Amino acid sequence: MIKERDMSAAIEVQGVSKRFGQFTALNQVSFTVQQGEFFALLGPNGAGKTTLISCLAGLSRPDQGALRVMGHDVVSDYRAARAALGVVPQELVFDPFLTVRETLRFQSGYFGLRNNDAWIDEILHKLGLSNKADSNMRALSGGMKRRVMVAQALVHKPPVIVLDEPTAGVDVELRQSLWTFVQELNHAGHTIVLTTHYLEEAEMLCSRIAMLKAGQIIALEDKTTLLGRDAGRELWIKTEPAGTLPEPYQEWKVREEEGGVVLKLPSIQALEPLLQTLRQQGLILRDMRLRETDLEHVFVSMMHKEMQ
Amino acid sequence: MYGFQTLFKKEILRFWRVGFQTVAAPVLTALLYLLVFSHALSRHVEVYAGVSYTAFLIPGLVMMSMVQNAFANSSSSLIQSKITGNIVFILLPPLSHREFFAAYLLAAIVRGVVVGAGVLLATGWMALPPVEHPLWVLTFAVLGSGILGVLGIVAGIWAEKFDQLAAFQNFLIMPLTFLSGVFYSVHTLPPFWYTVSHLNPVFYMIDGFRYGFFGVGDTDPWQSFTVVSLCFVVLSWLTLHLLKSGYKLRH
Repeated sequence: MIKERDMSAAIEVQGVSKRFGQFTALNQVSFTVQQGEFFALLGPNGAGKTTLISCLAGLSRPDQGALRVMGHDVVSDYRAARAALGVVPQELVFDPFLTVRETLRFQSGYFGLRNNDAWIDEILHKLGLSNKADSNMRALSGGMKRRVMVAQALVHKPPVIVLDEPTAGVDVELRQSLWTFVQELNHAGHTIVLTTHYLEEAEMLCSRIAMLKAGQIIALEDKTTLLGRDAGRELWIKTEPAGTLPEPYQEWKVREEEGGVVLKLPSIQALEPLLQTLRQQGLILRDMRLRETDLEHVFVSMMHKEMQ
Repeated sequence: MYGFQTLFKKEILRFWRVGFQTVAAPVLTALLYLLVFSHALSRHVEVYAGVSYTAFLIPGLVMMSMVQNAFANSSSSLIQSKITGNIVFILLPPLSHREFFAAYLLAAIVRGVVVGAGVLLATGWMALPPVEHPLWVLTFAVLGSGILGVLGIVAGIWAEKFDQLAAFQNFLIMPLTFLSGVFYSVHTLPPFWYTVSHLNPVFYMIDGFRYGFFGVGDTDPWQSFTVVSLCFVVLSWLTLHLLKSGYKLRH
C-alpha cells in the first residue's frame, strides 16, 4: 500500500474544465507531474493558470474532471490532498493582527501540527526572516511579506509545492535567494510547480514546461524538447553585396533584420557548407551572429501561432 | 482536531487584541442605556411586582449586548478575512467545514458571554438582580449567543462588502433585538404587536434569560427553550450545508 502511494504522481489533472458564467477559464486540461519534478506552468494573463492552481488547492471546484495530489482526490479526499500541498498564492495577503512567528505558528496549527518551532526557525532562517520573527506583519515591506507567504506554504513540509508568480514585484536579491531555496527543496525531493512571467526563471529552473492559453494546454514538453522544437539556432548574416541568397538557402530565411537576413539553421553542421556557398557566390560576409533559441522566443512564437 | 483548536484560539485572540472596541465599548454602551432609561422610567414603570425597572432592564441589556456582539464577532472576522484575502490561509489547510463552523461559532459565543458578563458587572451595582435559576441564565446566554454567532457566519460569508454586512446588521439584527422586550414587557403591547413579538426568536432568548434571574417571565421558560434550541439547530444545520457546498468561499 505504501509502495503504491509512493508510486503515485505528485499531481494529476484529468479533463478539468471550469467556467465562470460565459467565460471558459479551463477547457479539458489534462497533465501529470511526477514526483521530484520542477515543473513550469506558463501562459499569458488570463490563460487559466491561477484557476488551475485554485482547483488543485480546493479554492475553486472544477465543473468537470478530477485533480489529485500525491494520489489523493482534491474533493473526496481533501484532507490528505491539502496536507500534501503547499501553495504560495499570487496575491500579497497577510493577517494584520499577527507577528511573523504567530502567523507561522497558527498556520502550522491549521495543518494539525503542534510544536513546530524547530522547523519554523529553520524556514525563517532560510528565507532571511529570522530578525523579523517578532515584527508585526503590517510593519514588513512587500518583499518580506512575500517571504512570509512562502514560509506559510512550507510549515507542514508538503511534498508538493506550488508557487503562483512568487517573484512578481519582488526585488532581485529575494528572487535569487528564493530560487536557491526552492532548488534546495527540489533536490531534497519536493515536487515544485511554478507559474511565472519571467521566462528566464522557468528556463533556468524547470525541467518540464506546460503552456496554457485560453484555458487549454498548447504545449507540454521537456524544456530541451520545447527549445529544440523551434529548430535550434538562428543565424543572422549581413553580406556584401546584400544580394539574394543562393537557391537552396532561400527556404531557411525567416525574416530580414538590421540590414541582414535571419536564417533558421537545421543544425550547427549546416553552418560550414553555408559559408562555403556564400564564398563561391562571391558574397563577402560582413557580420554574423548565432543565436540559441530561448524559451521566450518559443513562448512568443507559440502564442502567436495559436492566434493565427 | 488541533486544526479546530488553533482556529478557535486565533478567533479569540483576534477580538481580545482589540478589546477596547470589542468588549469595553459594548459594556459602556449598555451602561449608558441603563443610566438613561432607568433615570427616565424607573419611577413610572414596574413590570413585575417587587422588581424595579432598573433590575428588570439589566438582564435585557445583558442579553442584547451578548447577541449583538456574538453576531459582530463571526461576521466581522469573516468579512475582514474575505476582503483582505487572508481567508485563503484558512481555506488551504485540511480544515473540515465542521471545524471551520465550530471554531467561528464558539469564538462568537465566548465573545458574547464575555461582553454579557462585563455588562452584568458594570450594571449590577445599580440594582443587582437575584439569580433564581442560574442554569437557565447560562443556557439562554449560550444559545442566544450561539444563534447570533451562526447568523454572523452566514452574513460574513454572504456579504461581499462592508455595506452589505452593515445592512444585515442594521435592518435585521438591530430591529430583532430592539423589538424583543429588552426595554419593556410584551404584555404592555397592543394585541397585534404582542403577537408579532412572539414571532421574534430574540424575544424568547431575552424572556428565558430574564426568567433565570427573576423566576417570572412573559412566557414559560420551557417554551422559550424549545423555540431557541430549535432555531439554533435548524440554523446550524443550514449553515453547515452552506459551508460544505463551498458557497462564496470555494467558488
